[in-house]
Amino acid sequence: MAGDLSIKTIRETPLEEYLHPGSSMCPGCGAQVMIRLMLKVLGPKTFIVNAAGCMTLLQTYPYSNLKSGWLYTAFASAPAGAQGIRDALDSLISQGKARDEGIKILVLTGDGGAYDIGLQATSAAMDRDLDFYYLCYDNEAYGNTGFQQSGASPYGSSTTTSPIGRLNPVGTEKRKKNLFEIWKAHNPAYLATISPSHPLDLMQKVEEAARRKGPKMFIGYASCPTGMGFDPSLSIKVAQLAVDTGVWPLKKYVDGKVIHTMIPKFVPVEEYLRLQARFRHLFDENNPAAKEAIAKIKDEIRSYWKAQGIEAKARHHMVIADGSCCGSCFSSSFLWFSWGIPSGKGKPSSLHTNMEVAML
Amino acid sequence: MLDLITGNEAIAWGARLAQVDYVPIYPITPQTEIVEKLSEWAANGLIRARITKMESEHSMITAAGAAALAGARTFTATSSQGLLYAFEMLYNVSGWRAPFVLANVSRGLAAPLTLLPDHNDALAARDSGFLQFYAETCQEALDSVLIAYRVSESRKVMLPSMVNIDGFYLSFTREKVMIPDELGDFLPPYPIPAISAGNMPSMGPTVLDPSVYSYFKYQMHLAQISALDELKKAISDYEKDFGIKRALIDEYMADDADYVIVMTSSFATMARKAIKFIREKGIKVGLIRPWVLRPFPRDDLLSALAGKRGAAVFDQDISPGFGGALHAEIASSLYGAPDAPRIASFIGGLGGKEPTIEEFEFMIRELISPDLTRRGPVMLWTDRDQRILDKQRSIALRGGVVGR
Repeated sequence: MAGDLSIKTIRETPLEEYLHPGSSMCPGCGAQVMIRLMLKVLGPKTFIVNAAGCMTLLQTYPYSNLKSGWLYTAFASAPAGAQGIRDALDSLISQGKARDEGIKILVLTGDGGAYDIGLQATSAAMDRDLDFYYLCYDNEAYGNTGFQQSGASPYGSSTTTSPIGRLNPVGTEKRKKNLFEIWKAHNPAYLATISPSHPLDLMQKVEEAARRKGPKMFIGYASCPTGMGFDPSLSIKVAQLAVDTGVWPLKKYVDGKVIHTMIPKFVPVEEYLRLQARFRHLFDENNPAAKEAIAKIKDEIRSYWKAQGIEAKARHHMVIADGSCCGSCFSSSFLWFSWGIPSGKGKPSSLHTNMEVAML
Repeated sequence: MLDLITGNEAIAWGARLAQVDYVPIYPITPQTEIVEKLSEWAANGLIRARITKMESEHSMITAAGAAALAGARTFTATSSQGLLYAFEMLYNVSGWRAPFVLANVSRGLAAPLTLLPDHNDALAARDSGFLQFYAETCQEALDSVLIAYRVSESRKVMLPSMVNIDGFYLSFTREKVMIPDELGDFLPPYPIPAISAGNMPSMGPTVLDPSVYSYFKYQMHLAQISALDELKKAISDYEKDFGIKRALIDEYMADDADYVIVMTSSFATMARKAIKFIREKGIKVGLIRPWVLRPFPRDDLLSALAGKRGAAVFDQDISPGFGGALHAEIASSLYGAPDAPRIASFIGGLGGKEPTIEEFEFMIRELISPDLTRRGPVMLWTDRDQRILDKQRSIALRGGVVGR
């Protein structure tokens, strides 16, 4: 993949920043790392259409820490908002009323918006072959409302609506919905999973996607200190372990083929689980279901990779499909902005002027 | 150009004359003919609008609002259940201050399911921030769309408009309509610039303080109030440019009337007929028909009602547990007004139930009656209505499961 891309190593990371400090977001938020990296590749002419979710707090009137344009829609219909903007521009361009400046449209939704309430709108946008980018920042629960179970919640994780109790020693009893396969069935122009722990892989995927017209779909592992329950300093480590244990396969779907861009080391999954409060009950000696639950999680990892023709056995060295460095050593520096920077000091936004015209 | 067209087609003509750039669509009876017409025109190059087939009304209104903010003059249409499916977005797009026009072809709300009209759908959206027009005729449907664009896009307003026509009764009725050849200066160019590298606004962000929220919400009210003046200017220009006279409050034989029927939309045509009939019996009756309910033309309404002895409000809607929504608005407007007429509330026309001349006469007799003390609404229900219900039930009982 790296062959003809401009970002061949982590050194080629664009220096420009489009996401700035100053939001009221949680420190250690993996989603913001991914957005920051995506915007570096997409560049200045990016218009973000946001669904209800954590990222809604990136723009709080009258402050903005984004250079991109922004429209907050609603929980279910960010892809429809993207459709409206794309259609408006296409209509104006085709009528000679506007110039084609190559505006890129990026939809942001959490996993609640992507897996659950907005699945229909997302499906339809792909069906219409909408030319846009879509990032689902997946923290595997309704994070913005306090971490309730979503379609993305994995088996064995506790959430505030699948709490551990005498009658439920497991937490979330269902498996994680396979959004990648659902999206893949729509045959989008580009589809990939990404992680904040693998910035080079992420940026190369975005760059590769940018060369295609149509839906460019990303599911990103959004390590979430607040909801998953770990210290913000561990955010990249947790994301790294999600990849290294085989829990979060890094892959892409292009031209009818799924390619895994990273073969995991298959670190024992306990190392990933143990760091997070949402899996704490699986290490409770008094929990009768704990052992079986962990075995089930391991089974799931094994059978996933077996289906890819890969035996999930611990390896010593990381193997990277395209032979380049994974760049994870760099990733800790990508967190600087989301750590406890006081909010409300960002660049004032150019808020839509219509908001004020009715002043009498 | 004078043509014989349906209410739906008149609405489509409004969008065509406004030279809209974008129409996101989703089918629903009885609105579908509008988007079919626009699709047909687009397929034949008669309009330049981009038409996009959406997967739901919720997405359709989202796309419409987003496109309006992105610089495109936008039109869309729905009915009934579709309007309710989009409900969340109605409040959003008006909060975005996205000035597009939405046609709602009224239809009663399920359950029970029906296709025929009443106004519970549109009135449910009364508080969304949309301007609301209720057309009586096909001509008024077309005029409403054009005037709605003009007022919505005014810098002092910047709110979406909803143009309401009654399903079947107006949507599929052909009437003579004067279609302007072109709009000329009546509709200035679309006011919002296209999103571009040099124009990347942040729109619809969250607020973190109740004071800020209150500020923006109240701005929408002030914009609606500004819309009253803008409407009057638009009405005056419309008459100048196209020779068609519209009024916020339409009056029929109301000048010398002692009593008036107050109602909106196409069923008012039936009231006109009834008024002539009742007048023959020596009672001076007239019609007062608000064409625009948002912004609510309170002053115009009060002057229309000044000197009347009574007003019978015909609500083609019902707010269970209260009564008629229109009645509530008229009554609250009259409260405290000197010499306010007595007012009586009637519910009729639900699910398209046609009011008869006798029902209108009954309304007036109730209004006149010295012992008008009833606080709640009177449901217009005739022997014929009861017979229809009884007949359908008896057929089901005879041939159905019970019979075996």
